[in-house]
Amino acid sequence: VEEVLAAAEEQEAEKRRSVVVEKELELEFDLGNLLALDRNPPPAAQLRGVGPQREVQLLALARDNTQLLVAQLWELPAERAGGAGGPLVARLPEPTFRLPREKPPPRPKPPTRWEQFARLKGIRRRKRTSLVWDEQAKEWRRRWGYRRAGGDPARAWLAEVPAGADPEEDQFARLRREKRERVARNELNRLRNLARAHRAGSAVPAAALHPTGHQSKEELSHVARVARVSTASLGRFQPRLPKEPAEPPSRSGGRKRRFEPLLGNLAAERSRQLELLKDMGSKKPVLDITRAVNKQLRQDEAEAAAAKGKKQSQRGKRGRRQ
Amino acid sequence: MDPLDRVVKPKTKRAKRFLEKREPKLKENTKIVMLIKGGNANLMVTEVLKDIYAVKKPFAVLYRKKNITRPFEDQTSLEFFSKKSDCSLFLFGSHNKKRPNNLVIGRMFDYHVLDMIELGVEKFVSLKDVKNSKCPEGTKPMLIFAGDMFDVNEEYRRLKSLLIDFFRGPTVPNIRLAGLEYVLHFTAVDGKIYMRSYKVLLKKSGCKIPRIELEEMGPSLDLVMRRTHLASDDLYKLSLKQPKALKPKKKKNISHDAFGTTYGRIHMQKQDLGKLQTRKMKGLKKRPAEKAAEDSGVSPKKSKSA
Repeated sequence: VEEVLAAAEEQEAEKRRSVVVEKELELEFDLGNLLALDRNPPPAAQLRGVGPQREVQLLALARDNTQLLVAQLWELPAERAGGAGGPLVARLPEPTFRLPREKPPPRPKPPTRWEQFARLKGIRRRKRTSLVWDEQAKEWRRRWGYRRAGGDPARAWLAEVPAGADPEEDQFARLRREKRERVARNELNRLRNLARAHRAGSAVPAAALHPTGHQSKEELSHVARVARVSTASLGRFQPRLPKEPAEPPSRSGGRKRRFEPLLGNLAAERSRQLELLKDMGSKKPVLDITRAVNKQLRQDEAEAAAAKGKKQSQRGKRGRRQ
Repeated sequence: MDPLDRVVKPKTKRAKRFLEKREPKLKENTKIVMLIKGGNANLMVTEVLKDIYAVKKPFAVLYRKKNITRPFEDQTSLEFFSKKSDCSLFLFGSHNKKRPNNLVIGRMFDYHVLDMIELGVEKFVSLKDVKNSKCPEGTKPMLIFAGDMFDVNEEYRRLKSLLIDFFRGPTVPNIRLAGLEYVLHFTAVDGKIYMRSYKVLLKKSGCKIPRIELEEMGPSLDLVMRRTHLASDDLYKLSLKQPKALKPKKKKNISHDAFGTTYGRIHMQKQDLGKLQTRKMKGLKKRPAEKAAEDSGVSPKKSKSA
């Protein structure tokens, strides 16, 4: 009898220590998010009971699922952080469950005027040292900022009169004025770049046609109108919704090309023909050769600069890989 | 965002950092929750909000005052709060006779409401009522969803996505295996959703994987789904879109097979097999006379023996 009892007790202990869990359907795991999804239908009959019985059932279900998730997590490649005595740390994979973003992905900003010029000319950014040797102080000082290398500009007590300047002019005032002008010009250029970027950004019409969830009534009606007209017959045979107002008849009447009527405005036709004859008879060429050539040259330069930049970066990459 | 905001140039480094934190980025910040009380929030709902705040610290903001708004009718005040505090998740609690113990859980995209789901709390056990030991603040919880309703029903699927987003916490590359202490378990049964939080105890078992024992801890809610305001399919797809730069770069010429062996492919130029380096066999070595004869194209009658 004692043997049987001992065997039963051992079996109990074994069950308590087991890590094996039986499930009908395998769970889906997303270890990057520490997530487990159980598709098995839960035992509804058992869970309908009110009170502590339900809690016990829920706890058992949760225990099984957690056991499976922890088993998966323990399978991950683990290492000891901070030497041999540190805690065991597992490396998590990337989360696979797709969740919506907080904000739309950033749109690439159009290049500023200087960046365009630099790309055209092939000018690359030179890395500058952060400290500069100051001869007077005989030490390394910052290039700009607190205790800069050239000395504090506010305490400069000498301002040379440049050759060919008016001797009566106040040089300190001139220096101050020029600094103010430089700052103002920089600010103006920055605002112009911003305005250009903003204009370029809003000139993308495709984005306006996507639903954003916060479009006004006018924008939505504009989008609806564009959608209606985007058919092969330019919306002539699109049925209207019951309460949609009738569209005012468009000037082209749903046609892609328009031609003037044969016997319309005789005076306009005569003036047009005379203009044409005058252009044909004049010696000045319609195509301005110099402008066209300059434009072509600039385009070629830009392409060459882009190709050179690409080749250089490729070469650089090859060199670095060795 | 109106252009007026963008032209404002930050005058200090701190202001610049503040603005940079808020602008759209490739890899985004952890989402912050705002917990708001409605005009007629009762004790149970405030307790729920306080408990969720305790669970989600430091990625949560609890608004102390009552705000008289109705999320389902007018979303502008929620959007205003979200813009001010840069939060993209919210939990709004209210109570009235028609909808007792109401919680509206929702998320934002670009500071506008994306999804909102109204849940009714039928039973609530708070952190204070359960007298067991708790886990430290800010632990990343394990999330488990049980029940086929979470896959079959579209609304439940969105609710699942919303709850994962809500309780996920920061995305980390490594995790300390002994620190997996907190698990949130959601069961969908009979039209009700049971949310339970347990503390995980790792016990010794025979093998490497520890045996799990769970201890009830923390807030437990019995929820029932009421109204929903879900985003349209294309808006939802737009919000899911990830920029291409985040996609992992595929390494070319490397492949894996089912057994885990990694195969690499090397591309070589054409080899001249005549000049291959093979083992030297002295007997086969060309003698100088033979070599010269071969070059001239005449075979020798006599060969000088070595």
